[in-house]
Amino acid sequence: MFLFLLFLLFFTFPATTFAAESNDIIRVLTLQDYNTRVVLLGTLLLGVTSGIVGTFMLLRRQALIGDVVSHSALPGVAIAFLIGEAVSPGSGRSLHWLLAGAAATGLLAVVCVGIIRRYSVVKPDAALATVLGVFFGFGAVLFKTVQELPTGNQAGLQQFILGSASTMIASDVAIIAKATVVVLVLSLLLFKELAILSFDEDFAAAQGWPTGMLDLGLTGLVVGITVIGLESVGILMVALLITPPTAARFWTDNFARMTLVAAAIGGASATVGCLLSAMVPKLAGGPTIVLSGTAFFILSMLFGTRRGIVHRWLRQAANRSRIGRDDLLRAMYEIIEARLVSSADETVNADGLNISPSLNGGEATVEESALFARQAVQISELLNHRSWSARRVRQVIAAAEREGTIRMDSETGWRLTSSGATTARRAVRNHRLWELYLISHAEIAPSHVDRDADDIEHVLGTEVIEQLEQLLASRVPPAAVPPSPHPL
Amino acid sequence: MIQLLGLDPAYAYFASRLNTNMEPGTRNQEPPLSTGEVVHPEWSPLSIHDMTVAYHRQPVLWDIDYDAPPGKLIAIVGPNGAGKSTLIKAALNLIPTISGSVAVFGGEYRKQRGRVGYVPQRSSVDWDFPVNALEAVTMGLYRKIGWFRPVRKRHRQLAMKALVRVGMQDFAMRQISQLSGGQQQRVFLARALAQEADLYLMDEPFAGVDAATERAIVDVLRDLQQAGKTALVVHHDLQTVEEYFDEVILLNLRLVASGPVEEVFTTANLRATYGGKLALLDQVGHRMTMRGER
Ligand SMILES: Nc1ncnc2c1ncn2[C@@H]1O[C@H](COP(=O)(O)OP(=O)(O)OP(=O)(O)O)[C@@H](O)[C@H]1O
Ligand SMILES: [Mg+2]
Repeated sequence: MFLFLLFLLFFTFPATTFAAESNDIIRVLTLQDYNTRVVLLGTLLLGVTSGIVGTFMLLRRQALIGDVVSHSALPGVAIAFLIGEAVSPGSGRSLHWLLAGAAATGLLAVVCVGIIRRYSVVKPDAALATVLGVFFGFGAVLFKTVQELPTGNQAGLQQFILGSASTMIASDVAIIAKATVVVLVLSLLLFKELAILSFDEDFAAAQGWPTGMLDLGLTGLVVGITVIGLESVGILMVALLITPPTAARFWTDNFARMTLVAAAIGGASATVGCLLSAMVPKLAGGPTIVLSGTAFFILSMLFGTRRGIVHRWLRQAANRSRIGRDDLLRAMYEIIEARLVSSADETVNADGLNISPSLNGGEATVEESALFARQAVQISELLNHRSWSARRVRQVIAAAEREGTIRMDSETGWRLTSSGATTARRAVRNHRLWELYLISHAEIAPSHVDRDADDIEHVLGTEVIEQLEQLLASRVPPAAVPPSPHPL
Repeated sequence: MIQLLGLDPAYAYFASRLNTNMEPGTRNQEPPLSTGEVVHPEWSPLSIHDMTVAYHRQPVLWDIDYDAPPGKLIAIVGPNGAGKSTLIKAALNLIPTISGSVAVFGGEYRKQRGRVGYVPQRSSVDWDFPVNALEAVTMGLYRKIGWFRPVRKRHRQLAMKALVRVGMQDFAMRQISQLSGGQQQRVFLARALAQEADLYLMDEPFAGVDAATERAIVDVLRDLQQAGKTALVVHHDLQTVEEYFDEVILLNLRLVASGPVEEVFTTANLRATYGGKLALLDQVGHRMTMRGER
């Protein structure tokens, strides 16, 4: 499935890459460069890891914490650079040093949020927004200062804002790989602990789980991943944390599967984004990765098998056409039945519950379905029988013909096929069993049951039908079709 | 005392009502309880001594003293905001208390956790969480399963048994967001049952459920009692208190009264609890009087 989506993306984007030489594209796509391989591996791992951590974060309703961390890491980078340069010019560019600075201010911001939440009555989201604004603003000012320094060392610091995956080197990938291992091990070990923490914190605490520590651990993972991804994805790292799990939710209702799907989407968006920015020199790494994540999100929203729009729409359409088909067959059956009854000697009793022995009296037989299949029903009769529009009748007839339950008799008349007659008999029987049940057990007036039964009969399962049969056993012989309890 | 604790003066009223026999400022000079003194009797499943609970330093529960009798169904009754949920959470150590102590079966809660089952208020969680009913119930077993260990088949079987006890076996595989309110409530109950506890604390298990679910929950409560367990249940329907429960705790920021329903569930006590504002009071009061005449 995801491979397919991946390919889809590949083929929708080349239009934007016309600027690059086609040779370059082939070189990138076939991974001929050592550099490309390194960068791809790094971003792939980063995407997978943030998909997993992001799932926990999202379900713990901490998505905005990720936002705060990534924005608040910025002043840390600038401060680390400034301190490094002050101590010994040139050393400020050390990646470990810069990341340590980022982690420090990122964590400080989380702590600030915690303090504000505990000791003041400010709304939680306001606390987040305030801290984010202060730290990011401070970071922007510091970056400006750094830019105006007379040294030339600050070149490249800019990439911590927008990220530049293509400058990743093997040692960076080694860091990411280590982080990936840590995240994978922790999330496997702590899967159920994080699940109970996210679903019901109070219950978890009452059971004795150290919810504070678990929360801290989760925040630690978020900070760690954000900081590690800062160089290649930039402050948009938060999107790589949130988008994959949000997209994954459209595919599954299961926590474990959601984590896997989020990891896959995270990895795929990082890979696709990275390839694109490698092919088109002007595309910045971070935004491209985030945009391809967004593309996956939109695809999931449309085609997701759980909550996807198209999926739901198709299911509804299928339902509607099944209902239409059932209604059509039932109408044809009832029209034919009325003819057969009026031509037969036996008539239905006044109380409407005696069963005509020649018709409907017992098991479905070949003769009976042949009897029904021999009769043609005119469209005008159908229009009279139900309050359908001519267009709706044409639609359901076309659908039923495709299905093989009816066949054309003349320009204006249609017949049931023998399989159609069997289906029709079952539909009528279910409908009437339900009507009888409504009348006898739910005390609904016979004049009202038709409409109520119409809505319900399409969702009656075999178990419900069996229960109805048991309840009505005294009035309806097994497998027989009872006559309609109300005039048709 | 109020000034000493730095409390909102609005609470001076309650403080003065509660501590009429106490000189201002005496609380801080109270001698620490001597260790030999039995504050928390061992026979009581839940013993609360002199507990005060505050949010943002504003006390919402004052000087609660209560020993739950064992093997009883106990209703916690009081108006909205009376501190019923707070009482349960404080007993479970979920929120800090500013004074007093709580014991479960005579011991610290920390050591007796395995014997306590908890049913939180249904509205306290996000039901869109991606698990099905069975998985949600399995969470009741997580502590028993222990750190790092995965959920195994026998755990799921235990969870299934708990679902059967609340009549929810047919919904085991249903995503929890697709359950009705009453069904969600039963899932919470099943999760607590899976804990196999001796003391159950339930926060409004009857909220928003229909008659059938109410019946089912009452049956489960009766089963628990038969098995010698104790349950404290926050309950809003005054009409059914007598029918369902043996004991009652009347709560409104303080403990108004507690004890057997026949003795404590009186018009005067209800009036003190609800401030006489409730229309239902007269009705229930009437029933009380009739019972007196019989
Ligand atoms: N997290 C909180 N922060 C601050 N105040 C709180 C908090 N939770 C509850 N309170 C306050 O504490 C008081 C008691 O609340 P509690 O939830 O215990 O009431 P309750 O008796 O359970 O009410 P209800 O019947 O509405 O559930 C209320 O005045 C409430 O406003
Ligand atoms: Mg409450």
